[in-house]
Amino acid sequence: MNAAGITLYHYLTLGGFLFALSVVGIFMNRRNLIVLLMAIELMLLAVNMNFVAFSHYLGDMQGQVFVFFILTVAAAESAIGLAILVVLFRNRATIAVDELDSLKG
Amino acid sequence: MNTTSALFYLFAAVLLVSAFRVITARSTVHSALFLVLAFFNAACVWMLLKAEFLAIALVLVYVGAVMVLFLFVVMMLDINTDSMREGFWTHFPLAAFVGVLIALEMYLVMRNGFNLGTATAMDPAVLKLGNTRALGVEVYTQYLYPLQVAAVLLLVAIIAAIALTLRKRKDSRSQNPSEQVRAKPADRVRLVKMDPVIEAPSLPKTPEGGTA
Repeated sequence: MNAAGITLYHYLTLGGFLFALSVVGIFMNRRNLIVLLMAIELMLLAVNMNFVAFSHYLGDMQGQVFVFFILTVAAAESAIGLAILVVLFRNRATIAVDELDSLKG
Repeated sequence: MNTTSALFYLFAAVLLVSAFRVITARSTVHSALFLVLAFFNAACVWMLLKAEFLAIALVLVYVGAVMVLFLFVVMMLDINTDSMREGFWTHFPLAAFVGVLIALEMYLVMRNGFNLGTATAMDPAVLKLGNTRALGVEVYTQYLYPLQVAAVLLLVAIIAAIALTLRKRKDSRSQNPSEQVRAKPADRVRLVKMDPVIEAPSLPKTPEGGTA
């Protein structure tokens, strides 16, 4: 279908590597909540990559529609996440995840 | 190797390297900037997949809005980056284990391959419409109700973000125009009716010792 030598599996491998990298990032940046949020954005990007690749190779527009909605949800999620982060920093003066262990704000 | 595959390998390599730098960069600002690079390269890869609208939307929404938001927050918060780096490599064995596990599982899923033979090529009529219009037709006909839900979701996100971060400053003074306009004389001056009380002036004592 694609004239080039690039197949669906190339894109899926790229998405898989991207997803694995962001999981590694979540494990390693335990102390920085902002980088955690960035790693989540990278994960969503990897998922979107798979959706777009399948949409192209299966000849179906619905994959791209799904990516459209995922982008919406991801934007809303990061906006609220950053707002919570700002409030957290105001109250506790830290964003290190392992110091946020008290129930009372 | 033709141009398309060369471009794919270039974009994919830059994407993976910048994603790696996002999670390992020493300063959070650098992380955010590398994330911008990663998103931009992902948009380029999507261009290769002929998803032009989504590629441009990714650049506009992510690079233009979300990453600027990230940079604002990073620069607004006074974060001690050195303490953030403490114990960074102690988690590495576990992280590497989970990462390799995920990559392995994805390989196992892909090894059997997908049954692409039954898939039909993109409808030539759809291809003729162009990607943006085809996506628009799909979104505004079949997915109209989810689109409305997505719009409401964005509204909720706006209100939630503002409500979370809005705070009343105690030290700022402001005027309330509507209250000022509605002020009546009665609110400002209170006239009290009262009987005149006349106090008899007390006379200075006379030298004789009696009062007048």
